[in-house]
Amino acid sequence: MPEILDQARTRVLENGVGLDEAGILAVLNLPDEHLPAALQLAHEVRMRWCGPEVEVEGIVSLKTGGCPEDCHFCSQSGLFTSPVRSVWLDIPALVEAAKQTAATGASEFCIVAAVRGPDARLMKQMRDGVAAIREAVDIQVAASLGMLTQEQVDELVEMGVHRYNHNLETCRSYFPNVVTTHSWEERWETLRMVRESGMEVCCGGILGLGETVEQRAEFAAQLAELDPHEVPLNFLNPRPGTPLGDRPVVEGKDALRAIAAFRLAMPRTILRYAGGRELTLGDLGTRDGLLGGINAVIVGNYLTTLGRPATDDLKLLTELKMPVKALSATL
Amino acid sequence: MSELTRPVAPAGGAGPTGRVVAADGAAAVARWCDRCGGSVADGAHAACAAARSLEPPRWCATCRRRMKVQVVPAGWSAVCVEHGERRG
Ligand code: SF4
Ligand SMILES: [Zn+2]
Ligand SMILES: [Zn+2]
Repeated sequence: MPEILDQARTRVLENGVGLDEAGILAVLNLPDEHLPAALQLAHEVRMRWCGPEVEVEGIVSLKTGGCPEDCHFCSQSGLFTSPVRSVWLDIPALVEAAKQTAATGASEFCIVAAVRGPDARLMKQMRDGVAAIREAVDIQVAASLGMLTQEQVDELVEMGVHRYNHNLETCRSYFPNVVTTHSWEERWETLRMVRESGMEVCCGGILGLGETVEQRAEFAAQLAELDPHEVPLNFLNPRPGTPLGDRPVVEGKDALRAIAAFRLAMPRTILRYAGGRELTLGDLGTRDGLLGGINAVIVGNYLTTLGRPATDDLKLLTELKMPVKALSATL
Repeated sequence: MSELTRPVAPAGGAGPTGRVVAADGAAAVARWCDRCGGSVADGAHAACAAARSLEPPRWCATCRRRMKVQVVPAGWSAVCVEHGERRG
């Protein structure tokens, strides 16, 4: 057993204290033969500090494409030659999407918009949309609308949005290689306001943007410092027309090492499988991740790409004897 | 995925789907790859076809217009102003 896993057993599993950056890096550098042991330990940590429930979420794009920012991985930036066109979802379709999500047993529905930050039109659409969903569907509403002002934070709280997603995407040292139209610190500032408002903080990122293993460890340590309620973990799905469109996908074993490492960095967080898992890990990877530290999934489609059918994920959870977290448990 | 009805075989090479239905319901021949917008006559677009299992179409296969695409948790719709809507 590698020394780092022995240390993690005491520090993380027994005491509930996440690994520091050096420890995270040691896990990310574990040779393949020790990967099963790392995943097993991460799974024990998740079971001990989070329990067997899996939080299921659906996401939908309220405003797609035409974003003025230049996140190099994103097909929704209006600055690249991506084929994604700008389109708005109307309120009836938004409510229908929330119903479809609730029908899977999901407790979370996240409304996302491709913007730098919301304008008055988007805030109105949110206000009307959230009210319509709360009227018709029993589900918790989360939002992801970019960078916020304090007034917008307060408005979202008042609407009843219980969790806000704002990804740091990658570590601080690598961020300027990925985004030039805003800074990591601006994102951090929105997260700070969200935290202070009482909304739950959801913050993760994308692996495979060209960051080094050391920067992957740096990122996990920075997320641990933020201590978000939820961390969505994406793996790059290289999109045509974006600056990262020709990058290779993350190798499956590296993705699993990252899952174990992020869990050992953050024993209590909701660690969610988000975009790119189908491409990076295939069907088997979903099982390996759920037995290696993951305790939440996005079911169904993503914002501009498709996921595997929700029924496949739900069947797998039944097989693994992992109950779907009930709505009542989140209220 | 069940986005299409009345399928017809494409001429000049297979696109990812190889068939489209016009707004008036009449089947039309796919001339353009609905993933990359390239000509189906220029190749088989096998990689596009594989990628399309996890992506909605982006280009109208009949006229090569970029479509307005909305993805929702349990499906998608793609609209060409000229050739109407496809769903999956
Ligand atoms: S801010 Fe969001 S929608 Fe806009 S380019 Fe960046 S990731 Fe894409
Ligand atoms: Zn093609
Ligand atoms: Zn057309």
